[in-house]
Amino acid sequence: MSASTAPAPGPRGSGAAAPVLEVRDLSVAYGTPAGSLHAVDRISFDLYPGESLGVVGESGCGKSSMGRGLLQLMPPGGDIGGSVKLAGEELIGVDAARLRRARGEDLALVFQEPMTRLDPLMRVSEHFVEAIRAHRPDVSKDDAEHMGREALAQMGIPPTRARNYPHEFSGGMRQRIMIALGIVLKPKVIVADEPTTALDVIVEAQILDLLDRLRSDENVGLILITHNLGTVAETCDRVAVMYAGRIVETGSVAQVFDDPKHPYTQGLLRSVISIDTTELSSIEGSPPDLVSPPRGCRFTPRCPERFDACPTVDPVLAETNPGQHAACLLYPGADAGSPRTVVPPERAAAQPHQGETR
Amino acid sequence: MTAQPTPREPSGDVLLDVRDLHTHFNVGGGVLSGGGDVVRAVDGVTFDVRRGEIFGLVGESGSGKTTLGRTILGLAPATSGSIRYGDHDLATLDEKRFRPLRRRLSMIFQDPNASLNPAMTIAQGVGHPLRIHGITSDRAATRAKVAEMLERCGLAPAERFLDQYPEDLSGGQKQRVVIARALVTEPDLVVADEPVAALDMSIRAKVLELMMDLKDELGLTYLYITHDLSSGKFVCDRMAIMYLGQMVEWGDAEGIYDDPQHPYTRALLDAIPLPDPSRKGRDRQLPRGEIPDAVEPPAGCRFHPRCPAAFEPCGWEGRDLVDAIEERWTSVGEDVFERELALVGDLQKAAVGRDEIRFPAADAGALRSWLEDVGPQLPAAVASGIDTVEEDGSDVVVRFRWGPEPGQQDVAGRRVACHLHGVVVRPDGDHVGTPPADRVS
Amino acid sequence: MAAPSSGSLRSYILGRLAFAPVFLFLLLTMLFILLRVAPGDPVAAALGDRVSAEQLDIRREAAGLNDPLLVQYGRYLGNVVQGDLGTPITDPRSVTQIVADLFPATFELTMFAMIVAVLVGIIVGALGARHRDGLFDVGGRLFGILIYAAPVFWLGILAQLLFANRWGLFPTGNRVSARITFDDPTGFYLLDGILTGNSQLFWNALEHLVLPGMTLGLVISGVFIRMVRVNMLQTLRSDYVEAAMARGIPERKVVFRHAFRNALVPVVTIMGLQFALLLGGAILTETTFSWPGLGQALVEYINTRDYAAVQGIVTFFAILVVAVSLLIDIINGLVDPRVRY
Repeated sequence: MSASTAPAPGPRGSGAAAPVLEVRDLSVAYGTPAGSLHAVDRISFDLYPGESLGVVGESGCGKSSMGRGLLQLMPPGGDIGGSVKLAGEELIGVDAARLRRARGEDLALVFQEPMTRLDPLMRVSEHFVEAIRAHRPDVSKDDAEHMGREALAQMGIPPTRARNYPHEFSGGMRQRIMIALGIVLKPKVIVADEPTTALDVIVEAQILDLLDRLRSDENVGLILITHNLGTVAETCDRVAVMYAGRIVETGSVAQVFDDPKHPYTQGLLRSVISIDTTELSSIEGSPPDLVSPPRGCRFTPRCPERFDACPTVDPVLAETNPGQHAACLLYPGADAGSPRTVVPPERAAAQPHQGETR
Repeated sequence: MTAQPTPREPSGDVLLDVRDLHTHFNVGGGVLSGGGDVVRAVDGVTFDVRRGEIFGLVGESGSGKTTLGRTILGLAPATSGSIRYGDHDLATLDEKRFRPLRRRLSMIFQDPNASLNPAMTIAQGVGHPLRIHGITSDRAATRAKVAEMLERCGLAPAERFLDQYPEDLSGGQKQRVVIARALVTEPDLVVADEPVAALDMSIRAKVLELMMDLKDELGLTYLYITHDLSSGKFVCDRMAIMYLGQMVEWGDAEGIYDDPQHPYTRALLDAIPLPDPSRKGRDRQLPRGEIPDAVEPPAGCRFHPRCPAAFEPCGWEGRDLVDAIEERWTSVGEDVFERELALVGDLQKAAVGRDEIRFPAADAGALRSWLEDVGPQLPAAVASGIDTVEEDGSDVVVRFRWGPEPGQQDVAGRRVACHLHGVVVRPDGDHVGTPPADRVS
Repeated sequence: MAAPSSGSLRSYILGRLAFAPVFLFLLLTMLFILLRVAPGDPVAAALGDRVSAEQLDIRREAAGLNDPLLVQYGRYLGNVVQGDLGTPITDPRSVTQIVADLFPATFELTMFAMIVAVLVGIIVGALGARHRDGLFDVGGRLFGILIYAAPVFWLGILAQLLFANRWGLFPTGNRVSARITFDDPTGFYLLDGILTGNSQLFWNALEHLVLPGMTLGLVISGVFIRMVRVNMLQTLRSDYVEAAMARGIPERKVVFRHAFRNALVPVVTIMGLQFALLLGGAILTETTFSWPGLGQALVEYINTRDYAAVQGIVTFFAILVVAVSLLIDIINGLVDPRVRY
């Protein structure tokens, strides 16, 4: 299968700057008793310095696996393929020492549940000393503690609390500590995997503001993985919508939210319940089994606009508007992977099928 | 697709009348280490629920909304206050007398994986309440009623589901089963605690839709507990915003969203991200910090340490000064921090109280003048609550003016508890925690 | 955001210290009741055939057995508080003296065994968890179960047959060879060997310690192997370990500093619980290896129905268990910051 088209640069960092992260055909699979689960299936995207990319999707779409896959954090039995280039340097297949250095120094990962991410036996300052000296052994303990206090202060944690133990902090504060740990070595890319899902809405807003300020102050690339479309709309420059292990649509946030092209994106946006919601809507059916994924477009059974070619041809990302791409056979160029050309029907054709109750 | 119901004034009679309800829990401590702490999960709540409406209890974690829902259903013991339901006071009933009422008071829980017994088939699980309350007498009748309820909840044909186990169903289907089980006894009141929070976004709408349809079909009344203000707006007729065990604003839902009167309500609404890219980069003032411990709630107005609009009477106390100094130290450089730390000393050693805070100081005079200079610059309006800063031997003592708890006032047709609308003496003439006579300003 | 008063170690220890006497009091009361519940007349049981009926009466009176139960109880507690553990019926020494004479032997044995148990448990358990389901792991678990199920005296006899009789590597019993002359100021031979500069004593005592100590220690190690392994598996999968890997901390360090250390925290508690078990096992071990300790003496006094001696020695054991328990709690507080609240 040919590679998906790399999406065009977004508003920030366009033109002169080169992408800080180039992902091509990234695949992540896990071993399960039922067989190999293909959580991520050939994903490609670019990230520019100072830009924030929202990766959005529902549970099981592979976004978390993708986040971990960027750092090659695999559970036993996990397998990773494709290419991840950081500032031009390929990270997949690189030796263990280089990979270890990349984690934390070049790429930082902020996880979802902050309550359990710190060693309960170590003081917060000791976490910083350990992290800093794992990468820069020449830094003295005092200097490392100083760097730690600075990072904490940047995150709104008073320097007097640096020597406390993790259990002495609330959830929101622990997440700030995790972010501080992530940025203390000034990485080029921060991957935040559902960083605020376990937190209250006001704390969530505080943390997202923090991340955004970080992004602009330090000019890092930020990948925000979330299921919350509102978060993406308000925080991110560009967005990639994931479904069943693939990216089905990308573009700037304005493009994708105002004029979504992929039927899944359309359904997703309609189903979001927000303060402005006047109608309730949902998508019938449920995502496919990724142990033996179906042929063709994976959204077919749930898609109100499906037609005969959909179950047979795997769509690739095709440009629908400048800078916006959708992997849907309704758009020309999406059949690039297929030997024959696909002619989509006139748009009003397919009748939605009365599917199962979900 | 369900269009938003036209907003209506609750026309029904009062189904539930809650007055000054308190639910306190004892935690920690045991026989040997003396009494423990008291968590004031629900601390003085008064409201009513009208028949046929959906009343929302909205708040973040630690607000007491879940405990309130459970107290109403007798799942948590009420410490004081009353819950009038018909001729009964639910707060004072023992389990034996409560039991027959349970068929009329149901609960829908958040996590369908936790609330469905994995060892019972769907028919057994949903039929269980029918057997317990003696509504049906034999298996066939139970099964029939269960089937009918399942189909009403969108699980049709029911035969397909009756003999399956919860693990065979999807998340959305499981939640429908939970709803069926809650409604199978034809209750009056249903307490729904975050009924769709555990479901994927694209399924939430369907389940909410179902709940609202069933309300009309079966003549139900809902107490809808959630932290999600967005779904609250769509679903609720009237609503209460809760913070740390108390209601800060309650009344008709539409009004709350259009014109919030309490700073906390405004903060909640402001904080919600909307899928609207044009809102990016908007300026908003978020409250600082997080919800504090319910064991020792802040003095005066419980929201005051975080409130962007807090001012002089809001209840400033010792803890706030410590927090403000620490917050200051996150934004000054390391050298300023070191210098000021030397002046203030270890904040842990300060004797922090409600009315005053005592700093043991190396140089009391220097500390006092620093406090007086820096006070007005501190984040939060702590300084507005400071009465005096004095030296006492080698200590420096900062005294605070007493701040009352806000009473509930009628504002814009709703009840709001906030000093911004006027500092109140309650109708019975008392504040909570009446100050000593010489301290009332 | 004011910092909570970070757990004061001192207040935690004081709290534990306050609790200990209560615990001890309850234990001693239970002991007293249990010993009195046994039917029959202890004096007659101990001396019945050898002494006239009048003598028995005099002895009984002297032992205070004719007094009301409550008085005896009060006397018992009062004596314990003053350090008087009673007087045996069949032995002229006081129990306190007996303890002073024999406890060092038991102490050396149990300490050696505890060290063996913990070391074996940690090494086998941790390595097993690290290389899960590998040969070493499966073998280690099998070993742990088998050895824990083995009766300690059976294992001891087997050890004697093999290592002492067959291969002549270690002596069959006793603490020290008869041919060695030495001074024993403390009664702890290993320590005495160091203090008096008597290396012959030191090595000889150590030699005698090996078989009984290893036997007892290995039996107890079964518990530790299982516990360390389970804990390690859990901590290896924990969120903070994953987060540490994501920060680029070298894997070896993550395993040792984060997974291993956290896995050991519950082991400290287990050590406290196992100590009581160890004392029980020591009794059997001493008997098997003719080890002149308190356990063996206890067995003899039980056989001769000398209830006063039995009561005194068991009281001492009870006090020991409470003391060790207290020590373990304090260590726990030092090791785990969360406990101090």
